[in-house]
Amino acid sequence: MKISRRAFLSSSAAAGGALVLGFTLRPPHHGEIGAPSPENPFDAWVWIRPDNSYQLVLAQSEMGQGVYTALPMILAEEADLDWTRVKVVQSDFSRDTGGSGSVVNNFVPLRRAGATVRALMIAAAASAWSVPEAECVTTEGQVLHSVSGRKSTYGELVEAARRLPLPDPAQLHFKDPRQYRLIGRDTQHLDIPDKCTGTARFGLDVRLRGMVYAVIARCPAFGGTPTSFDASKALATPGVLQVFEIPARAYRVFTAGGIAVVASSTWAAIQGRNALNITWNLGPNANESTQSLRRQMQHSLAGTPAWTSELHGPDPDTIPAPTRIETVYEFPFLSHACMEPMNITMHLRGETCEVWCPSQCANRSRTVIATELRLPESAITVYTTFMGGGFGRRFQYDFQTEAAQIARHVSGPVQLVWTREDDMTHDFYRPTGMRRMRGAVDDKGRIVAWSDYLVDTAIGAFWSEPGKWKPSGDELPGDLAYPIANIRTSFSLAESAVPRAWWRSVESSFNVFAVESFIDELARAAKQDPYQFRRRLLELPPIPKGKATSDQRPFEPQRLVAVLDLAAKKGDWGKPLPPGRGRGIACTNVYAYLAQVAEVTVERGAIRVDRLVTVVDCGQVINPNGARAQLEGGAVFTLSAILKEEITVRNGAVEQQNFDGYDVLRFSDAPKFETWFIESHADPHGLGEAAVGLTAPAVANAIFAATGKRLHRMPFRMDESLT
Amino acid sequence: MSPFTLEINGHLRTVNAEPAMPLLWVLRDLLQMTGTKYGCGLGLCGACTVHLDGEAVRSCQTTAQSAVGHRIVTIEGLGPDGLHSVQKAWIAEQVPQCGYCQSGQIMTAAALLATNPAPTNTQIDNAMVGNICRCGTYFRIRKAIHRAAQEMHP
Repeated sequence: MKISRRAFLSSSAAAGGALVLGFTLRPPHHGEIGAPSPENPFDAWVWIRPDNSYQLVLAQSEMGQGVYTALPMILAEEADLDWTRVKVVQSDFSRDTGGSGSVVNNFVPLRRAGATVRALMIAAAASAWSVPEAECVTTEGQVLHSVSGRKSTYGELVEAARRLPLPDPAQLHFKDPRQYRLIGRDTQHLDIPDKCTGTARFGLDVRLRGMVYAVIARCPAFGGTPTSFDASKALATPGVLQVFEIPARAYRVFTAGGIAVVASSTWAAIQGRNALNITWNLGPNANESTQSLRRQMQHSLAGTPAWTSELHGPDPDTIPAPTRIETVYEFPFLSHACMEPMNITMHLRGETCEVWCPSQCANRSRTVIATELRLPESAITVYTTFMGGGFGRRFQYDFQTEAAQIARHVSGPVQLVWTREDDMTHDFYRPTGMRRMRGAVDDKGRIVAWSDYLVDTAIGAFWSEPGKWKPSGDELPGDLAYPIANIRTSFSLAESAVPRAWWRSVESSFNVFAVESFIDELARAAKQDPYQFRRRLLELPPIPKGKATSDQRPFEPQRLVAVLDLAAKKGDWGKPLPPGRGRGIACTNVYAYLAQVAEVTVERGAIRVDRLVTVVDCGQVINPNGARAQLEGGAVFTLSAILKEEITVRNGAVEQQNFDGYDVLRFSDAPKFETWFIESHADPHGLGEAAVGLTAPAVANAIFAATGKRLHRMPFRMDESLT
Repeated sequence: MSPFTLEINGHLRTVNAEPAMPLLWVLRDLLQMTGTKYGCGLGLCGACTVHLDGEAVRSCQTTAQSAVGHRIVTIEGLGPDGLHSVQKAWIAEQVPQCGYCQSGQIMTAAALLATNPAPTNTQIDNAMVGNICRCGTYFRIRKAIHRAAQEMHP
């Protein structure tokens, strides 16, 4: 992190006499496009005003995951600010927000910034009172001199603090976590009141004087183009102002192109689009279907993998063992289905452009908009709005490019609206795939062989430069938590024209399902209790290897054992249930240490999840209120996927159009939910995605316990067929 | 286009709209009342829920013409003198995450509690089943409805 003198605004008029400290958070891990601009290296600031109010500028996007509160809490804790005086504003150029990284990546930089503020305030007070700094303490936005009883608010100290040199970052000291007054305590989310009164402004809520609305008719088939179109009826529709074609943009932006309709209201634009008469050339992918993809994947599973991991010992498939099992798992394409469909508002005024964008990547949005408009990036200002869900969908910059294409045709501000149908049929989907797992247990119940052959429509293949992609193990799980001596992983690509990208928890959504279902199958093969089987495996001597958790921290098996034990206890593991009901257990060390016990009822072929008990060790919890919300949300997101959701393809196009064809988890489907945290002051793990992978195997394992039937295919159907 | 006079949150508002324009877009695009959200346009998700004569309706399925002569209440007017009990309960239970669906959730819950002061869990299920939340706030919504019921009819 850099903290520079340049962080201080020299003119008190410009800053209203405030102390302004700018700092740089860790670079994003998806940083290929949109690096911080050299003219402004800071992406986060704290303002301390003479009236003792504070403003924190948030550099990450808030999409419901709680960073609007959790990140300021970290800074306020270390700075000893009075929390009731904290106001948060969204940075104009928010950083890439994803990968459950906001708390993980910002924990140290925000504490450094906070400690810097506290050190400056103490130095200013000590100097004014001519007392040693060591005799001064801070609390709730004040410096106190313990000996004389003198005290000053930070606001009163701003004028003096602004003239001080910045403390040496190496000399800063952080609070002992046991002294935390804010971190670790249930804290109300700062953005919630406005979200209960309809006043929070989402992307679609941007309203500018003279604004018009645009929708685009896109070819339903991926890669298709309009052959011809007749706009006369559309132009005769009341309120419709303009109709024009925009070309598709290929690699890295991936827009479909199509016919744009601009109108005085969203409704008029949609009516105009309905009145368009377009002949489509469905393009080169018109034969793709879910059936053709499944045939392709089945064919690959029967053949030789394109990529195989290095083997350090014998071939796991030929190791002699008394019990050997083989199984195939399958998972469909999924849509993000954010409640707020994609949208963006843009005002191009000649050589400058303002953009209001519900995006997880404002910086990269700026870059693609500048490219499309052929303007320097410095000419583009991107305001990040609240967004109605992100889940990885708003990591893309397709709609930003479309809006720039439209803005060139329109004078004045324009809002590009994706209807629900647009959003569902032109998403970047969670990959679909099949995998074959083989494993063996010896007569002592130890796993002696494990092979995992995944065939899927890898995200990397879609996002790589054309012709540059090589098969790899990127989509496969990293090192397993369980020490297994003979492991082989293999991969082949399923070729598809369907766009794919990151979907909350990405590969964990199918990897944790397969690993933790298969562990359960092996436990049954070894005639062991699934909880005790996992526990015994985790207590075996580890096989030394590198990373385990997704953020590359060393794997600590005892932390996984601890969450497993507590989940079994709180989840009533082993207590009898009536017929037709069952419990399943699963654990994971991806993102954090989690274990979950699911309780289900299967009645006349219908699956009902009754209860989920989740235990988490995510290190230091910042805001338990928000952390619980993320675990609740992650579980519901997965329940929705495994009980309801499936995107299918026909004639090169997505078949589902709206929530009728793509139903999601409803209120009445939500189970009882309990969360337990392991108390810890270890460095925090992110929780946005942690629970997502876990719930699928916990429920599948519970269904097996209830019925004796193992489900292998998502979404779960009791009468599933893999042929 | 024809002028319509609509009673919204106790005020008469005249708009020039196509008679078939859904109330949702009248509110959002013509009146800049953006608290009512667009989610699906087909009455499948509940994000656009408003009250028509006290009843929860989908504003995306209610034409401007058909709303004439009825009392329309939106999230902006739910608590005319401050926060409605349901909004207070939503804050107390820390319901919203992304928040996008919550106007509709709150309007549906408020209509339920107006006719059923102490709903059972099954009655809450039946009332809320048409409102989708993708963030997973269903658990907290249930608690908030019970809390609001308690506060409104202790």
